[in-house]
Parts: sequence; structure tokens; C-alpha cells
Amino acid sequence: MHPPTELADRVRRFTPAERWVHRSTAVLMGVCVATAACLYLPQLAELVGRRALVVTLHEWSGLLLPVPFLAGLVSRAFRADLGRLNRFGPHDRAWLRAVLRRRPGRPAGKFNAGQKLWAAWLAGAVLVMLGTGLLMWFTHLAPLAWRTGSTFVHDWLALALGIVIAGHVGMAAGDPEARRGMRTGLVRRDWARREHGEWLP
Amino acid sequence: MGRRLILGMAGAGALGVAAAPALQRVLESFAAKDPTGVSDLLPNGGGFRYYSVAASVPHKSAADYRLTVDGLVDRPAGYTLPELRALPQTRLVRDVQCVTGWRVPATPFQGVRLSRLLDAAGVRPSARAVRLTCFDGTYSESLTLDQARRPDVLVALKMRDKDLAHAHGGPVRLYVAPMYFYKSAKWLSGITVTDHVQPGYWEHRGYDVDAWVGRSNGRGDAPTD
Repeated sequence: MHPPTELADRVRRFTPAERWVHRSTAVLMGVCVATAACLYLPQLAELVGRRALVVTLHEWSGLLLPVPFLAGLVSRAFRADLGRLNRFGPHDRAWLRAVLRRRPGRPAGKFNAGQKLWAAWLAGAVLVMLGTGLLMWFTHLAPLAWRTGSTFVHDWLALALGIVIAGHVGMAAGDPEARRGMRTGLVRRDWARREHGEWLP
Repeated sequence: MGRRLILGMAGAGALGVAAAPALQRVLESFAAKDPTGVSDLLPNGGGFRYYSVAASVPHKSAADYRLTVDGLVDRPAGYTLPELRALPQTRLVRDVQCVTGWRVPATPFQGVRLSRLLDAAGVRPSARAVRLTCFDGTYSESLTLDQARRPDVLVALKMRDKDLAHAHGGPVRLYVAPMYFYKSAKWLSGITVTDHVQPGYWEHRGYDVDAWVGRSNGRGDAPTD
């Protein structure tokens, strides 16, 4: 019989709620980035046109970006993961040191230090993009200096976000088991031991 | 710790908004000295940006381009590209300022004064404004008659001393030197004299009709006239 052995060498990493938060955030972020590219890159802007529509899509996908996160807060598992992401322990320092010196031996709990940094940086960056975006959207909210400043920050942070998100997707592309965990909720036990040794009892 | 990083990012963002003018100046002085052109790829890099509100814009050449002048005029007219080129040309060199913030310094535009085409058509006394339409099928603009008659408002045929490329609104675009660049409608195909100002495409979406650079749209840019 297959199912018992299947379950025996697999462990649950994410609940449906967590996967839903990730998936819908990814879709909204994808629309945000794609529409941003169509507004910003001359070649794409020339190809796509329809500026008013693209602007509307960008504004609304951006505004809705925090919604999956907020909706996810009703899930106990999601809140527990937020707690894990927020706490940095001694093994995280060891993990970062090992990465910076390109050495093996990278201890990690359910999330490694890189994932924790990514989560916090992204959350902060989205807040800044949201704030500066709203100032550019509702032009009568703030004095001119704030608005040109917002445009400046929005543009540069967009560039940084593009690079960092490409890194995130690149890492996922290189780790099929991590992707499977996000897709099905289950990961192989030996993968979990290797990548997240401090996570499983 | 994660929370501190989030707050740190938010703080850095606010700081960035406040420090933007100074940072922008530093970047611009760097970009001005950059011989490689790499800095053009960075945000706020120099040069024009392409905005089109239509799905696609047809290409027009000397063979099929027409500019019509109609509405409250005594002699409605249609101009071909050679006919426009045969009229007296005016060359202006001013900064271009977009309402979204980018500015291109000292850009030559050349073409026929809009006032010349209006005078040729014979504007009737009841006329108050000019509506401008484009062969992208979507965009429109408008000027009061006084604005349209300014000597720095052109039906432009050349930019940077070259024939207007399609991406820049060629073969013919409007050029309203003292106003934000959305007034300078690309792909101009129609001039209609009207008895009142009919707000154009972006003006229906919140932009000011009287779009003087530095005195409209809540912006304080240095004037371009």
C-alpha cells in the first residue's frame, strides 16, 4: 500500500491557508510588476499602449497586495509562521555567516535566516511602495515636495524589488522540493532534515 | 527582529521621500558626467518616455497623412505633409516637462505655428477654443483660442532637427511649449475650432486644462516658456 509510506516520508510544511496567502500575494505582485514594466520600460510601453488601463491595473493590484496577508491572519498556522519569521536565533547568525563565507553547515528552523530577512524586507518594501504609491495616486493629499519625493523612492525601490523578487523566484526555481512544499503543503522528510534541521523534532 | 527590519524599511522610505531632492541632484550630476549611457537605464534616467493611451497606433506617411481644420471657421481645410512643410517654419528650443516629473533639457521643435493655420481658415467671432484630435483614435486635447494663438504653439514636424519619428508622435504632433507635455498631443490629425473648451483625454481623468508648467497640476516645476 502506497499512501502510508508516502505520508511516512513526507511532512506537512504549509496549510492550505498559508499556501493561499502565498499564491494570491504572488499573483497580485506579478500583476504589479508586469504593469509597472509596461508603464516604465519604453519598449514595453510602446508595445502595449493602453496607458489608462495599465495604470488602473497597477494601482488596484498594488492596493490589494496586503489583503491576502491580512486575510491570512485568521489562520493560526499563518500567525505561528509569522512568529517564526519574526524571531532570529543564534542559528540564524550561524546561517548568515556560513552563507557570507560560502561555507556549508547552515543551521535553520522552519525558515532559514535568508527567508526571514526576505520576508521582513519585502513587508517593509511593500509598505513603502503602498505609501509612496498612494501619495502619487491621490495627488491632492500632500504637498508637491512629498509627491516628487515619493516618485523618486517608488522608482528606485521598484528597481530594488525587481532584483530581489527575481532572486526569490530564482532560488525557488533551483529547489523543486521547496516549490512542492508551497504547491502541495508537503515536503520530503530528508529534505526538511537537510535544509531545516532545527524545525522537526 | 523581523519587525524591526520592517519598521526600518518604512523609516528609510520616509527618509528617502524627504531626502529625494538632494539625492536626485547628486544622481543627475553623476548622470551628466557618465560617458557610458548606463545611467539612462536607471530610474529617472534622462530622455523621453513613451506614453500611449491607445492599444495600437497606425503609421502614417507623406502618402496618407492628412491634417484637417474645421469647426467654426470660414474655410475648412485639409493639409498634406508636403503642404505643411511648404509653410513658413518656426524653430523653438525649450525644455520639455512631463507632468509625471521627467524633464528633457533644450529640445528643438520645428513646425508651423498653429495660429497660422487658424488664420488661414478664418476663425469666426463666436469661436472660443480649439479641440485637437489624433489618429491614434483615442487621444484629444484642447486649448483656448488665446492659448492656441501663442507664438510658441506649433504644429510640429521636426524634433531635434529630424523628422518626427512615430514613437514621438510623427509625422505631426502638437507642441505647446509653455505647458506640460500632455498638451503636446502626438499623432495630430484634426484641429476643430469650437465655442467652448472641451476637456481632452487626460483632463477627463483629472489633469488641469490650463496646463502651464509650474502653475498647474499642483506642481512647481521651473517654467519652460
